Amino acid sequence: MSVATETPARRPARRRWGAPVLFLLPAAVLFVAFLAIPICYAVWLSFRGMRVTGGGPFGVRQETWVGLDNYVAAFADPELLAGFGRLAIYGVIAVPLTLGLALTFALLLDLPRVRGARFSRTAIFIPYAVPGVVATLLWGFLYLPSTSPGNWILERVGLPGIDALHGPMLFPAIANIAIWGGVGFNMIILYTSLRGIPADVYEAARLDGASEWDIAFRIKIPLVGPALVLTGLFALIGTLQVYGEPTTLRPMTSEISQTWVPLMLIYRDAFTRDDLSLAAASSVALALGTLVVSLVLLRVTQKRSFGES
Amino acid sequence: MSTATAPRPVSTRPLVAERRRPRPRAAVLPTVALVLGALYCLVPVVWVLVASTKSSSELFSTFTFLPGTGLLDNLGDLFAYGDGQYAQWALNSLLFAGVGAAACTLVSTMAGYALAKYEFPGRQVAFYAILGGVLLPGITLAIPQYLLMSKIGLAGTYWSVLLPCLISPFGIFLARVYAGSAVPTETIEAARIDGANDARVFVSVALPMMIPGMVTVFLLQFVGIWNNFLLPFIMLSDERIYPLTVGLYTLLSKGSGTPSLYTLAIIGSAVAIIPLVVMMLVLQRYWRLDLISGGLKG
Repeated sequence: MSVATETPARRPARRRWGAPVLFLLPAAVLFVAFLAIPICYAVWLSFRGMRVTGGGPFGVRQETWVGLDNYVAAFADPELLAGFGRLAIYGVIAVPLTLGLALTFALLLDLPRVRGARFSRTAIFIPYAVPGVVATLLWGFLYLPSTSPGNWILERVGLPGIDALHGPMLFPAIANIAIWGGVGFNMIILYTSLRGIPADVYEAARLDGASEWDIAFRIKIPLVGPALVLTGLFALIGTLQVYGEPTTLRPMTSEISQTWVPLMLIYRDAFTRDDLSLAAASSVALALGTLVVSLVLLRVTQKRSFGES
Repeated sequence: MSTATAPRPVSTRPLVAERRRPRPRAAVLPTVALVLGALYCLVPVVWVLVASTKSSSELFSTFTFLPGTGLLDNLGDLFAYGDGQYAQWALNSLLFAGVGAAACTLVSTMAGYALAKYEFPGRQVAFYAILGGVLLPGITLAIPQYLLMSKIGLAGTYWSVLLPCLISPFGIFLARVYAGSAVPTETIEAARIDGANDARVFVSVALPMMIPGMVTVFLLQFVGIWNNFLLPFIMLSDERIYPLTVGLYTLLSKGSGTPSLYTLAIIGSAVAIIPLVVMMLVLQRYWRLDLISGGLKG
């Protein structure tokens, strides 16, 4: 894909065997041990199950091959489907807002004559360093009616307080934690990508009478397209794997069940119910879903973002 | 701010001179929007710093952004909790993130260099395997990894969290992109002509050129491991091996029964984020995050 930018001099060195294999060996061993084998093991396990064999009172529970039974059971469970539904609502709020805000801030930082850009850039990036569990705790207390600054103000002016962790505010409240944690990192990726655009492109546009607005929409956004695809991809993958935030918030609200999102359901099946096969089937389904969604996104955007060179 | 290089006239009232210098008008709306964004991101951090000064009776009774009087007591309680469990968690986090990120960086750099600078059979296959890994990152794998770890008897040990952190397809991808652009093939050829073998070329020629890329992989990996929750949460059951994230989660979930633990969870969070924020601010300029966006162009 990078045929245009690659100079012939950067072509790999002549064919060699031993050295590259040795350099790749540690990565390959770890890859097989901690990615490939667990995936294969989970797939194998998802086709197994405990079944009573032999008849009458002397039947023995034994692990046997059960085919697609676990997958059927997983998808017949209304809680898994409900979990995906909740995930969808959460993702529809979190992903566009994270990317939209990140792009807006990156474009603003890139404007001439903006004051305090360094301070804002650093401040917006800071949440990246805050672990999700801690971020959830901080926002949880800011939501809690007894410690919320918003409610303190509302009370002073005689208005009823808002409980963000109950009722219709729950989804935006949880999405907000992810947005808060994700905007800065995505903003920096988009901003560095913007800084990589040569300045004479803008000079030419300004000479032609383009406003900053035109430059942003006609030049900058199309040119950071590949970076937007990448950040979008990661935001999407992140959404499908939401776990820590709702789990951490559970003690603060009664509205988050033990199976609120698919990973929480998988965790319960594996560790509370001890049904590893069912958990493995749901895991495989979730992983396949993530892969399909990623590939569809890459295909649709047609940017060939991860090109081989 | 100004890039003018002409010597400035010596003035007895520099402030006035400063003010008189023609300066382009500030763009007000973008500045306001950015400052609002900064406030949104800073408010929870400021809150935890303020709240960590409150005693447990002040936490729910005084205005949320009003400092309290219990900072030193809270700190004392935090480090006394469970025979110094908090310090143990912090050390565990440092061990997982430090050792894990360093080893992962080395593994990624070697693999990335090999993929970028050698042509060998299976290179394409290796590359697609890595892409697959990038699209399917660790977290969905946590449960199968746990099952496997318990089969070989490692679940619940330091190794069960450390080992899976050593492989990062995204790190290999970044290292490959960086090796491709930062290590000129001519230099490698020249070193070979001088009689250096492959290992020597890598260690003394390629590695020094790849340091900025390695720093980036290290920092991304460090923050990623430090902030990871699901993997240690699934793998570990012994509180002494917990990293900070899982430790703080336990404090918080016990807190719904014993409110005094809320104060501990809050000061614990404040203490946990300060070193990472400081590290990020100090090392900010060494990050080569353009690597990530640049990686997309090949």
